[in-house]
Amino acid sequence: MGYKDLSPLVRRSIWPLLGLAVLLLANVLIAPEFFSVEIKDGRLYGSLIDVMNRAAPVALLAIGMTLVIATGGIDLSVGSVMAIAGAVSAGLIVSGVDNIALVVGGGLLAGVAAGFVNGFLVGYFGIQPIVATLILMVAGRGIAQLINSGQIVTFHHDAFEFLGVGYFFGLPFPIVLVVIAFVLVQLLMRRTALGMFVEGVGANASASHHIGINDKLIKLMVYCVSGLCAALAGMIAAADIGGSDANNAGLWLELDAILAVVIGGASLMGGRFSVFLSIIGALIIQTLTITIILSGVPPKFNLLIKAAAIVIILLLQSPEFHRQVARLKKKRGPKHAS
Amino acid sequence: MTTDNTLLALRGVDKVFPGVKALNGVDFTLRKGEIHALLGENGAGKSTLIKVMTGVYRRDGGQIVLADDEISPANTGEAQNLGISTVYQEVNLLPNLSVAQNLYLGREPMRFGLIHWRKMNRDARELLAGYDLDIDVTAPLTTYSVAIQQLIAIARGVAMSAKVLILDEPTASLDADEVASLFNIMRELRDKGIGIVFVTHFLDQVYAVCDRITILRNGTLVGEYDAATLTQQQLVSHMLGKELEKAVHEKVDHAEEQNREKLLEVHSASSDVLQPLNVSVCAGQVVGLAGLLGSGRTELCRLVFGLDAVKEGEVKLSGNPIKFTNTRQAVLAGMGLCPEDRKRDGIFGPMSIRENMIMALQNKRGWWRYIPMKKQRELAEHYVKALRIATSDIEKPINQLSGGNQQKVILARWLASEPHLLLLDEPTRGIDVGAHAEIIQLIRKLCEDGLGLLVASSELEELVEFADKVVVMRDRRKVAEVSGSDISQQNIMQAIAGQ
Repeated sequence: MGYKDLSPLVRRSIWPLLGLAVLLLANVLIAPEFFSVEIKDGRLYGSLIDVMNRAAPVALLAIGMTLVIATGGIDLSVGSVMAIAGAVSAGLIVSGVDNIALVVGGGLLAGVAAGFVNGFLVGYFGIQPIVATLILMVAGRGIAQLINSGQIVTFHHDAFEFLGVGYFFGLPFPIVLVVIAFVLVQLLMRRTALGMFVEGVGANASASHHIGINDKLIKLMVYCVSGLCAALAGMIAAADIGGSDANNAGLWLELDAILAVVIGGASLMGGRFSVFLSIIGALIIQTLTITIILSGVPPKFNLLIKAAAIVIILLLQSPEFHRQVARLKKKRGPKHAS
Repeated sequence: MTTDNTLLALRGVDKVFPGVKALNGVDFTLRKGEIHALLGENGAGKSTLIKVMTGVYRRDGGQIVLADDEISPANTGEAQNLGISTVYQEVNLLPNLSVAQNLYLGREPMRFGLIHWRKMNRDARELLAGYDLDIDVTAPLTTYSVAIQQLIAIARGVAMSAKVLILDEPTASLDADEVASLFNIMRELRDKGIGIVFVTHFLDQVYAVCDRITILRNGTLVGEYDAATLTQQQLVSHMLGKELEKAVHEKVDHAEEQNREKLLEVHSASSDVLQPLNVSVCAGQVVGLAGLLGSGRTELCRLVFGLDAVKEGEVKLSGNPIKFTNTRQAVLAGMGLCPEDRKRDGIFGPMSIRENMIMALQNKRGWWRYIPMKKQRELAEHYVKALRIATSDIEKPINQLSGGNQQKVILARWLASEPHLLLLDEPTRGIDVGAHAEIIQLIRKLCEDGLGLLVASSELEELVEFADKVVVMRDRRKVAEVSGSDISQQNIMQAIAGQ
């Protein structure tokens, strides 16, 4: 049975999973203790746990970004929305709000509001997603700075900090949050018809409109989900350092999130999506970073090696690349025979 | 047969794809100064043969001889340099560039190492004058109709010293006048000694313009014929490999119509693009919509389906006045619309046949009540069998199917949503003869099952075949209504022409 006989789903999943496996294997070769997980005080420690923990913010962003990209859009504002949500939560804490539900709720509300603005511009005014979300990407940091009054706001709030540094059933809490977000989004998309409608809008917005699918509302919804995910990631980042830094929180993470989705095999033209594979993409990016550090290559090579590895993974997924390789093999074939 | 007249000869050409032999020892001979129709059902191997000639595919066996030299073009550019140009149904030019830029792309007139714009525009105007086109060559290509774009593509191909011009379904989106002027150009080019290969699904066009006909079936050559001696009946049976039986049915006449339940009533309703008109469809009746391209057929479908707002008058469905603000309401009310432009407004390209089929039903139920996967598969399997959709797997992306099968999937989409009234806008456009006949049979069958159908078509022959009543449109208004035994091509044509 050849590659061509595999179902499209398997074919799409195989490369991201293989990429991750190869990277993990490389880590074991470099550092044999990579896979070892210890339990100390009922908590899990180890490089694997560390990778997942650090990948959590990008994984959360990637979950939302997957849906946005599936509709044929893109959300450049998620890094800035992280900063806004962190600033709102920090602002609530320092102004004396102690109720954790209010603090977290405030952050999430800010994320939904940001997503609503994006989704409204894209869905109801037909502004190109890259432009519509670029507005908030730039303005968002400004908003976060305003909320923080231009300062880095530090705070101490045990319940809130639990989001970033807490442990739950032995696992770092950010990992748990990613799992919860994944399960919720997966249920919403695949146990209802929403996922199919999202793919339909991305595959052909005009055909969706002709059937009577509310393509505008679907677009509004995916940007809101993306805003929510970004807010959650932003609060994790703020809780992790015990402060809100409007200038640096989530800086450039939108690019990592888009990359994670692309590594997960989604087309930027919209259509098919897999939230699971996007999370694998986020793990690949984080594992790569760790691999480079562990391998002892001087830090100045980091970015180049990362770029090279990602080019390889993307090439492996590209149908055109497969065709070219097949052609090369074919050309060589008869020569060997004769 | 005089061999010295032969321009392009294919001998025993083979092309193998994994699992399929797409071409099996096909011969094809094109003479200087002839228009040669290449015919066959979808999947017969027409496109593959063309792609082998133009270097898109490499042949796996056989010979291609162009003016006594054996050639093996490796890509379309090389084929073009050898003198083989192709114009596709969907014009393969750059829509955002100007007409002149498109004409001279890659071979712009230069001066001092820079593009000589004035000369390029002047040359372009002169070139197009030879095609009776007097247009602004500096305007972007998209500002012109598909018909003009096609002529521009032909002009470009011929100007690049084409000896062989391949026209792949050039008339699929043209109206009658545009087709006529295209044919004039083709005849002029033929008289200049160019060999033209003409691929089309419209059989009457074959007889209007072609000298000889080559027919393929299942990747093999059926035969080469003179157009003058082959009857249309013979032609179709050669293409299908069997005799085509004509379905005859009882037409619902005017008196009968009064007794039936009225499904759709349009009472002097108008939209921004449609003059007020009256149309009614009753259960078990097929109402045809005739008229030229742009006469308002599509607009009427859009109005009824709620895609365009009703400005004045009223539309009633089963006696209840309706005012849809979105199409979902129309779907919920029991309507379905197969749009004219299947690719743009109909199919979800990368999604599976199954998903394409259940989409409308799912939207009717709402996003929350997801149809269980088992039920989805059953539905899809059922319609694949019932409509004889040629596919190995319901999970195959729909864009891998042929046009006729895609149309059947879209019909299945609406049938699955259990409508009372179906609006079909050009349901047989771009579909091969076999599927064409099947879709017409299907329309009659649905009608017998009690559905009301409003079917827009530019093929008079098929309107006569399936319609109980024909509404004729011209200039965005209704100009006539023909029903029962008065329906004939002659009567419809006269109404369209306004006589």
